[in-house]
Amino acid sequence: MSLLSIRAAGRITPPRPRGRTRGRARGEALWAFVFIAPTGLGLAVFTIWPAIQTFSFSFTKWGAFGGHTWIGMDNYATVLTDPQFGRALLNTVTFTGLVLLGIPISIVVATLLNRRGLRGVTVYRTLFYLPVVSLPAAVALVWGMLYNGDFGLINWVLGQAGIEGRSWLSDPDTVIVAIGVVAIWGSVGYNLILFLAAMQSISPEYYEAAALDGAGRVRQFFSITLPLVTPTTFFVTVITVISSLQLFDLVYLMVARTNPALDSARSVVYLFYQRGFMEGNGGYASALAFVLLAIIATFTVVQFRLQRRWVHYA
Amino acid sequence: MTHRHTGGAAVRRDRSLGATRTGAAVFAAAAILALAGCSQPGASTATDPGASTATDEVTLTYQIWDAPQEQATQQIIDAFEAENPTVSVELSVVPWAEYWTKLQTTATSGNAPDVFWMNTPTLPKYADGGVLLPLDDVVSSAGIDLADFAPATVASATYDGTLYGMPKDVDALALWYNGQLFEAGGVDLPTNDWTWDDMVAAAGQLTDPAAGVYGIPALPTDQLSYYNTIPQSGGFVISEDGTTSGYDDPRTIAGIQAWVDLIHTHHVSPTLQQMSDTDPTNMFQSGKVAMTYAGSWMIPVFTADEAFAQNVGVVRMPLLEQRGGVSNSVANVGFSGTEHTSEVEAFLVFLGSEAAADIIAEGGVLPARTAAQQIWADAYGDVIDTQVFVDTAADNTPFPRSINTPAWESVATAEFTRAWNGEISVEEAAQSVAAQMREALAAERG
Repeated sequence: MSLLSIRAAGRITPPRPRGRTRGRARGEALWAFVFIAPTGLGLAVFTIWPAIQTFSFSFTKWGAFGGHTWIGMDNYATVLTDPQFGRALLNTVTFTGLVLLGIPISIVVATLLNRRGLRGVTVYRTLFYLPVVSLPAAVALVWGMLYNGDFGLINWVLGQAGIEGRSWLSDPDTVIVAIGVVAIWGSVGYNLILFLAAMQSISPEYYEAAALDGAGRVRQFFSITLPLVTPTTFFVTVITVISSLQLFDLVYLMVARTNPALDSARSVVYLFYQRGFMEGNGGYASALAFVLLAIIATFTVVQFRLQRRWVHYA
Repeated sequence: MTHRHTGGAAVRRDRSLGATRTGAAVFAAAAILALAGCSQPGASTATDPGASTATDEVTLTYQIWDAPQEQATQQIIDAFEAENPTVSVELSVVPWAEYWTKLQTTATSGNAPDVFWMNTPTLPKYADGGVLLPLDDVVSSAGIDLADFAPATVASATYDGTLYGMPKDVDALALWYNGQLFEAGGVDLPTNDWTWDDMVAAAGQLTDPAAGVYGIPALPTDQLSYYNTIPQSGGFVISEDGTTSGYDDPRTIAGIQAWVDLIHTHHVSPTLQQMSDTDPTNMFQSGKVAMTYAGSWMIPVFTADEAFAQNVGVVRMPLLEQRGGVSNSVANVGFSGTEHTSEVEAFLVFLGSEAAADIIAEGGVLPARTAAQQIWADAYGDVIDTQVFVDTAADNTPFPRSINTPAWESVATAEFTRAWNGEISVEEAAQSVAAQMREALAAERG
């Protein structure tokens, strides 16, 4: 991705081919294409071509069996007037904000696990990583049971403390937070691995020097660890925003169609699924997909602009 | 699965073109075909046009969605093939989750299976789209009497006055009750002539919020609740020709109100939040609700546990103004683009025969043919009063539908969810559904 090229920018300057090596360079280029071909073809056939098709579909109205009628920008105009789109966008952005809270949690956990002489690191790392390899359907089922208003473990624990719980997943006030918590729980393990790798690549000399100057652990964390992992923080933030804006599976699996909190949980991709696959309006759904693509692109571009102010490349 | 066919086509074309660049292009093209999920029914005969004569072996493709019925379906195929040695039928089971997407894609590209299952709410779309073979002449020349089928199943398979499917099965709802809870509460067991008010009264006696026990869940699912009380109150969801919404009819609204009252007026049902958190089916199985509306297809589920099977019973849905309810019915339909029309028609006739209906009934599914329904009723008869379902199916009307049923069904689900939750009145919800439904129905015809 462009992200990697940005990280590498300024470090590696590929040697420019001189005149007599041009033939060899061409040979290498050919081989490069040969090696790229398997992935490239797959990408072209399964991603790029469908994306181009989807884009053209977004200007059409679908007949049930073929027969696409060109209707220009009508689908995009409908997005603006769709009563459910605004709410879905708000839900999606709220969810994304919640999931971003998982990043500081990941950094703190990584810092704790990175302490020298800590026993059982592998066990902790496995425990934190387990959610990442769990089946989303199983995760949704188990969390659904935990959140259950009448029989859920969470409400039982709250009840022991004298607090009255609620139906977390079917209460419009709590549903998006409840889903966000599951997503954070599911993402910490993955982020953790990245942050641990970043922390382990920080030279111990910085910490030794800081210790000699009298900096305590907390000061070291804020003045050394945090700035030096910012490239990873940036990477994780970009990836988290992109994937969170595409929220679908947790809503689909945890919030039934007759759940009274569906309006407060419906994400943009869920709306896409609903309009396209449940209601058979493929042209409009394609337009929704491209509106979401534009939103994701905007968020990503803004992040790349802002990164210069806070990301330190050592 | 049909991927096999497409794969073969790709290999064949690849060999005929040597150059790597064109090879890659063909590969991409073939992969795109695979993407579209194309199958090539009867490809083996189509590639050799000269050899196609009447004595040739013809292979029909037959697609269904329900894996548990695969065995019974294969038995029917075996019986058909024994009578028709020149025709063989290749059965494929496509899971429900992919069935409709795949069917629509293959129908659009002209590669749908020769024969496949169709359900009530979807049939108009396929019939209107010209995908299905009309069967009126086939049925009359084969001497099939449609009066031998439950009326709702024939109506389900008919669109715009033309028959497009051979009715296969039918379902019906009943009021299921947990006899143990009735006994413990000292309440008389439900009967087949219960009125809605009788049910509400018993539910009130059985409700004990402190113990988390309720009389009956007001299920928010159309098929399991208001689709049955609407005709019972004299209302309608959609006109028979599928053009007019009935949601603004006061009798329709009364049929919906009856359910919402169970939650907010009589307090004998769990709230919608509770039913979202815990599946009401589980509540019934764990004795947290004393009664529930459930279908004939739930018999294997509710009788799986022997101890529970001793406690459960069924009676007819309690009566509002008049008898009524909806049935879903699966029909076997033929693809209009098939290359073997006469064989498809012969197979469909066989699928609608008494012999096929008997196999369906023995397989544990309530058949559309009324004569065979007794076989089904006897199969479960010692555990459950199955006659309730047979009688209900005979009175029922087809599941409400139009060309694009899901477009307004999802609107109704969303609006009535708000009414169930007490956010808006049933009247407001129904008027809003009626208005949006009118737009959706106009768009279908436009």
